[in-house]
Amino acid sequence: MTLSRREVLVSGAGLLIAFHVPRKGRAAQMDKKPSVNPNAFVRVGPDESVTVLLAHSEMGQGIWTSLAMLIAEELDCDWSKIRVEHAPAAPAYAHTAYGLQMTGGSTTTWSEFDRYRTVGAMAREMLVRAAAAHWKVRPRSLHTENSFVVYRTERLSYGQLAEAAQRLSPPVSVVLKPKRDWKLIGKPMRRLDTPEKITGKAQFGIDVQVPGMRTALVARSPVFGGKVRSFDASRARAVPGVEQVVQVPSGIAVVAANFWSAKLGRDALQIEWDLGPGAELDSGKLLASYRDLAKGPGTVAVAIGDADAALAGAARRLEAEYDVPYLAHATMEPLNCTVRLDRVRCEIWTGTQFHGVDQMAAAQIAGVPPQNVIIHTPFLGGGFGRRAVLDSHFVAEGVHVAKAAGVPVKVVWTREDDIRGGHYRPMYVHRVEVGVDEKGMPQAWRHTVAGQSILVGTLFEKFAVKDGVDAQSIEGAADSPYLDAVPARKIMLHSPRNQVPPQWWRSVGNSHTAFAMESMIDELAWAAGRDPLEFRSALLAGKPRLWLALKAAARSAGWGTPPPQGRARGLAVHDSFGSIVAEVAEVSVDARKRIRVHKVSCAVDCGQTVNPLGIEAQVQGAVVFGLSAALFGAVTLKEGRVEQSNFHDYRVLRIPEMPEVTVQILESDAKMGGIGEPATAPIAPAVANAVYALTRQRLRSLPLRLT
Amino acid sequence: MKLEVNGQVREVDAPDEMPMLWALRDLCGMTGVKYGCGMAQCGACTVHLDGKAVRSCVLPVAAVAGRKITTIEGLSPDGSHPVQVAWAEADVVQCGYCQSGQIMAAAALLAEKPDPSDEEIGRAMAGNICRCGTYQRVRDAIRRASSMRRTRR
Repeated sequence: MTLSRREVLVSGAGLLIAFHVPRKGRAAQMDKKPSVNPNAFVRVGPDESVTVLLAHSEMGQGIWTSLAMLIAEELDCDWSKIRVEHAPAAPAYAHTAYGLQMTGGSTTTWSEFDRYRTVGAMAREMLVRAAAAHWKVRPRSLHTENSFVVYRTERLSYGQLAEAAQRLSPPVSVVLKPKRDWKLIGKPMRRLDTPEKITGKAQFGIDVQVPGMRTALVARSPVFGGKVRSFDASRARAVPGVEQVVQVPSGIAVVAANFWSAKLGRDALQIEWDLGPGAELDSGKLLASYRDLAKGPGTVAVAIGDADAALAGAARRLEAEYDVPYLAHATMEPLNCTVRLDRVRCEIWTGTQFHGVDQMAAAQIAGVPPQNVIIHTPFLGGGFGRRAVLDSHFVAEGVHVAKAAGVPVKVVWTREDDIRGGHYRPMYVHRVEVGVDEKGMPQAWRHTVAGQSILVGTLFEKFAVKDGVDAQSIEGAADSPYLDAVPARKIMLHSPRNQVPPQWWRSVGNSHTAFAMESMIDELAWAAGRDPLEFRSALLAGKPRLWLALKAAARSAGWGTPPPQGRARGLAVHDSFGSIVAEVAEVSVDARKRIRVHKVSCAVDCGQTVNPLGIEAQVQGAVVFGLSAALFGAVTLKEGRVEQSNFHDYRVLRIPEMPEVTVQILESDAKMGGIGEPATAPIAPAVANAVYALTRQRLRSLPLRLT
Repeated sequence: MKLEVNGQVREVDAPDEMPMLWALRDLCGMTGVKYGCGMAQCGACTVHLDGKAVRSCVLPVAAVAGRKITTIEGLSPDGSHPVQVAWAEADVVQCGYCQSGQIMAAAALLAEKPDPSDEEIGRAMAGNICRCGTYQRVRDAIRRASSMRRTRR
């Protein structure tokens, strides 16, 4: 990889590499290869430590380890000497594909694969040259091993060389190791953040302590879009420990010595709300209105052939309507944001997935330039999309509260605030009409989706919304690999608006499109009287990656052999975030008609792997996340109020309900894909298809409930 | 009032009804114990009270004064408790937020039942939610810790 210009930054003692392509160079490079925007950091210390700075947030997905592996692979350093830190918010850490510092879209590992390896190679090269200068030999005569530069029988450690290497100018180009020489990439590696996380030492945003800091809870409108009309804080102020009550755009903040006082203070507030039209919202009525919408023509997103005519002339026609509810992310760590303001800068401690956007939002409120907004990133207690907020609402609120209170403040959300706080996976309805030939093969496919757009009306609208179609609302349906085999197809979209803030939720559009697509494909298979696996093989004839994954999952699940008494199997395969995941679920139904999932056999093709142990964890975790939604998850609204509030009524999977999940990672030379999200979407249809095989009841609504 | 946390007696100035969770976190600065729900639904706040796993988010601090409280910070001085060792070997953690509670619940289970069945593991750990979905490795780690303790004896 050749770099147009680099800078060596000195930070304390040791070697700190930042390579920085100036604006002009970047633009030129972007033209040629838009995914390359290299900037990264590694610090080799005189104490032999190798510190990796992460441009992305660790929220459980394992990049603390996988990105460190990329640097270590090229740096050839002692793995036990690696330390990892979150990088600050700065343009140098912009996402290589999106140009903005953020964590999401299952992009971290593939988008950093070249950049982090290159940084490792550059640091190694500088250490080698420092050693060559010391021994007065040619760099080529040296080699490295496990944090040492070696010349014949002599050795110098990276720590010994760190200061001399720091004085050298970085190499103009580096050659990355060929795959055959990799020692770490592709090998199962245990996580580097385990020691802190099993001893209670890991710091999350909610754990942050800043001198003089107070804790605040904010009373927000009980319905979306409501505003404070008036409030009486006299009783709240009388609560011991409550110090201030301040109004901010999102509501009334009670600032106290600790969480408990802030909570009691907030409970004692008396607020009159101007609720606005959000008070009319009713999820049942909303669903009915979406169903009506989906019956009529929407904005056309895909039109190939004449689907209307082909449907009218089809030998047989199948119609089905699928619906999915609003879903909360319910990260285990509730949202929180700590802010310390002074005249010139704004310091923020928070678990965010959206540094670039949050920094700009905070700067505006604090009245300081963006570079004076310093974001410290502790570990994130789960993300799943909840902390990549397009309007930066929880960071903005934190800055507002700190500004109004005039002291450093940590704003903490309660679980109830979290469950009722909106920013949900939106509710959607899919209406699918399929015309099939005599053999049951689909010839015409008309598919109408109704549900809120996540991106319309946001900063990102111009990137993802085209001709009125938010590509994320139909991803996984519009580009479904099954549809390539269907000669006439039309995908339409309705994007109604309402007061509920929508949000990315692990797997985004795929979380509902995979359910609709894989359920319908299964319905077609049964209607044709064909085995669901064999039927799919015909549709996926030109899609070897999908077919191989499906076959592998089916084989490991024992497809074709009788399941244990009282159980049945269902399958699904989905292509998302550049990766393919096939899942076979084995289910039973108990006397109270509760669905029990016993086994999930997964096969994954995500291209080149970095850490298979991490991939297995992400797939298992995504299955759990998807299963929570498939079996229990629903946020419902009545008179604008969210009816759920905590884990007793927003149920998630618990350990007795955990199926045995096996994960096969397929050898693949496909382009590297993502792994945090792709295994989420196939589980709901795999379970629904298994339930059908067992009961002959086709469940078309999530969460799945037998009647 | 006086709290005995991890073998140390601490004087805290707390209203009687303040949940032990907030006394530990906000008054003692022990942040290994986590807030997740505030109503004993998720287990993130699990600590040991006289050796038994309890949910500190619903126990008034006055009710625990003078009793022995163990938090994740006091489970072992260096992460060497068999449950912690097993957790590391099984590579359980993801985001890590619920893990203090998971580990404390698992340690209490194994103290009482050194060789728990899968059903007993399920029952003892049902109150500990993990949104990352680490359950399979949690189960694996508990089995490992159990066999570690058996071999040690």
